[in-house]
Amino acid sequence: MAESIPSESAAPADDHHGHEEQSFWSKYIFSTDHKMIAMQYMFTGIAMALIGGFMAYAFRMQLAFPGIDVPGFGIVTPANYNALVTNHGAIMIFWVAMPVLIAAFGNFLIPLMCGCDDMVFPKINRLSYQIFLLSAVVLLASFFVEGGGFGGAWTAYPPLSAKAEYSLTPLGSTIWLLAVALEFVAFLLGGINFITTAMNSRAEGMKLYDIPIVVWMIVIASILFLVSVGPLIAGAIMLLFDQNLGTAFFDPARGGDPVLWQHLFWFFGHPEVYVVLLPALGITAEIITVFARKKLFGYKTVLHTTIATGVLSFTVWAHHQFIAGVDPRMAHVFTLTTLLISVPIAEMMFVYIATLYGGSIRLTTPMLWGLAFIAEFLIGGVTGIFLGASGADVYFHDTYFVLAHFHYTFFPIAIIGTFAGLTFWFPKMFGRMMNERLGKIHFWGSIIPFNFIFIPLFVLGMGGQHRRIFDYSNFPELALPWMQDIRVLATSALLVMISFQVVFFYNFIVSLRRGEKAGKNPWNANTLEWTTESPPPHGNWKELPKVYRGPYEYSLPDREKDYWPQNEPN
Amino acid sequence: MIESLVPAGSSYAWEIDNLFTLIFVLVGFWFVACEGIFFWLIWKFRAQSGVEAEYITGEEKHLKRWITIPHILVLICDLFILAGAVKVWYDIKQYLPEPQQTVRIVGQQWTWTFVHPGPDGRLDTADDIHKVNELHLQKDVTYHYKLESVDVLHDFSVPVFRLKQDAIPGRVITGWFEPTLEGEFDIQCAEICGIGHGLMAARVFVESGDKHAAWMASEAPLALAANIPLQRAGEE
Repeated sequence: MAESIPSESAAPADDHHGHEEQSFWSKYIFSTDHKMIAMQYMFTGIAMALIGGFMAYAFRMQLAFPGIDVPGFGIVTPANYNALVTNHGAIMIFWVAMPVLIAAFGNFLIPLMCGCDDMVFPKINRLSYQIFLLSAVVLLASFFVEGGGFGGAWTAYPPLSAKAEYSLTPLGSTIWLLAVALEFVAFLLGGINFITTAMNSRAEGMKLYDIPIVVWMIVIASILFLVSVGPLIAGAIMLLFDQNLGTAFFDPARGGDPVLWQHLFWFFGHPEVYVVLLPALGITAEIITVFARKKLFGYKTVLHTTIATGVLSFTVWAHHQFIAGVDPRMAHVFTLTTLLISVPIAEMMFVYIATLYGGSIRLTTPMLWGLAFIAEFLIGGVTGIFLGASGADVYFHDTYFVLAHFHYTFFPIAIIGTFAGLTFWFPKMFGRMMNERLGKIHFWGSIIPFNFIFIPLFVLGMGGQHRRIFDYSNFPELALPWMQDIRVLATSALLVMISFQVVFFYNFIVSLRRGEKAGKNPWNANTLEWTTESPPPHGNWKELPKVYRGPYEYSLPDREKDYWPQNEPN
Repeated sequence: MIESLVPAGSSYAWEIDNLFTLIFVLVGFWFVACEGIFFWLIWKFRAQSGVEAEYITGEEKHLKRWITIPHILVLICDLFILAGAVKVWYDIKQYLPEPQQTVRIVGQQWTWTFVHPGPDGRLDTADDIHKVNELHLQKDVTYHYKLESVDVLHDFSVPVFRLKQDAIPGRVITGWFEPTLEGEFDIQCAEICGIGHGLMAARVFVESGDKHAAWMASEAPLALAANIPLQRAGEE
């Protein structure tokens, strides 16, 4: 930035360099093009995933080998441990799942799938990313202040999070909260764009039931986020005031109530699960229809079920608080709603499985990821029933059973969903194909160890192992040799899984430069993004497409080709 | 199934274990059925040369049945689980049997303080026995607990009792348990409470009547002597 333009033009030798740099700024940094903003979100999200993954590595090493000098990290103190688990959770949800699944895929896909040249509000879009980037920088800064990073869990329950004398992180907790608040601002701005663009800027002829499911999912997720985040923003400001201005919203000694925070947090926190789940479900729908060459089974059922899930998701929040001291009679209501919400999600799974019936299934890398999403998410779904049933939650609350359960939902969402989408749309994003062989090695090298990490943790949870403990040797019943063996097994599987990610990055970088040229429509898919160049030029199409039919018209009996793009006239 | 890993040590532990088994059987059925059909379909409809995919919309009534019938069956299974969950929850958390004894449990960063009634059987008298990180109980006696916290949230968790309850500063939460298994077991703090959270371990000693009486007899004189200055401090 210090290099000003006049000084460059004064030195002719640097002229070419200076010109390139200028275009670099406007093209890559201050772009308003939805595809570039999508890439910015994608790469920032992946970078944050590496940081979040490194944190998991550090604390899993401590759990498997207590007191070890973790290579690349050092000794994990109790304060380190708490900060690591807190920020691992916050990063993976707020700085990985949301930017990648909603912002990156939403930005990339919505204009391309709806057939328009850009987002409705491109400058708001750019501002959204810039605030997001700022929030990530603020979060990373919180690790390096005096007292260290915040360690009060990603749920940040007061009074621990509200008072420095309890948390012992006077600056870390405030900066952490500020980063979360900034991240919310970024996604509010982004969400406005997604909803408006999908509703107002669709191609001529694209009716509501012609919109690809993934676009619907991102739009509904954005609405859920917009509606649910208000109470938490209010709560975050109250908590900031409690921390810094001496107010007492959550301080019982002066008339406040710490449980209020839990309601504000989970009123947002539970819809948030669906905010990230829906885009991943949408990505899966696009992939299984293309690679099974099948129409989606019951498009309208999927859409209506999604809306029902979204509405229900606002009524289940207190199942996180069964034993938190709320009125015990409340538990019955929230058990009912929680068990009810299992029905639409089960229905969604049935629909996806039914879509495979009668297909012609090609097990490409993106299809493997799409199918793995269904197979693994099912485990996350069924284990949730144990926790939603209040009576059983009395035992399982805050054990590793909970931890294993939500990793079986969030790993399929954030990791499997991302790899599915990335391998599927890579040809469109970068104009080249990824290597299938390396893709499959990476797939199996990630999926198999994933199950070896988390299935054992269900067993530890059943054995009564509670969460967020840096060393179990203080608990005689949790320090048994078989339990320690399981911890070592889970950590070893994590190391295997992390090392296989090298294959992905190698494949990604080599394919960017040397992959086979993709052409417009390498997968013979129907949706509009496959009707333009790969990668699409600025403005996406020379002439905007018209739409004649829904997105999933595969394998029609009386047609020669087994696909029928949405823009092809009848 | 839980009791194969953690012994059932309270009068209601078996209720949770049975509820777990019920849910395990029901969702286990659905899980196996879904995954089984899923992998079978992937195998059966793998791409083969000369075989085209079928065009099925899934919008017609006779096709929708494939979704609506399992949908209704899932709902029915949910009703059984709901009934079980409500029953167990009611027995453990909502219903309060008459206590034979009452103990006070106080959480603070990062210890548990247990206040046992002395030989007079009542709390808040001069012979109360205060113990740090040691809870002494008599087998087959119904206890009420009064759970408090002096600073942040804690969670009183005893895996063998299958009991968890958050402790909240500013509130006194009353609940109950009846130990049924003699022995010495872990007490955990199950809600993150700061850097010492992992050190907040205590033990519960469940004793037979004789043994418990002997313990009480040995502790009572000490407690009486120790409580005098405490009470004076409290009066100021």
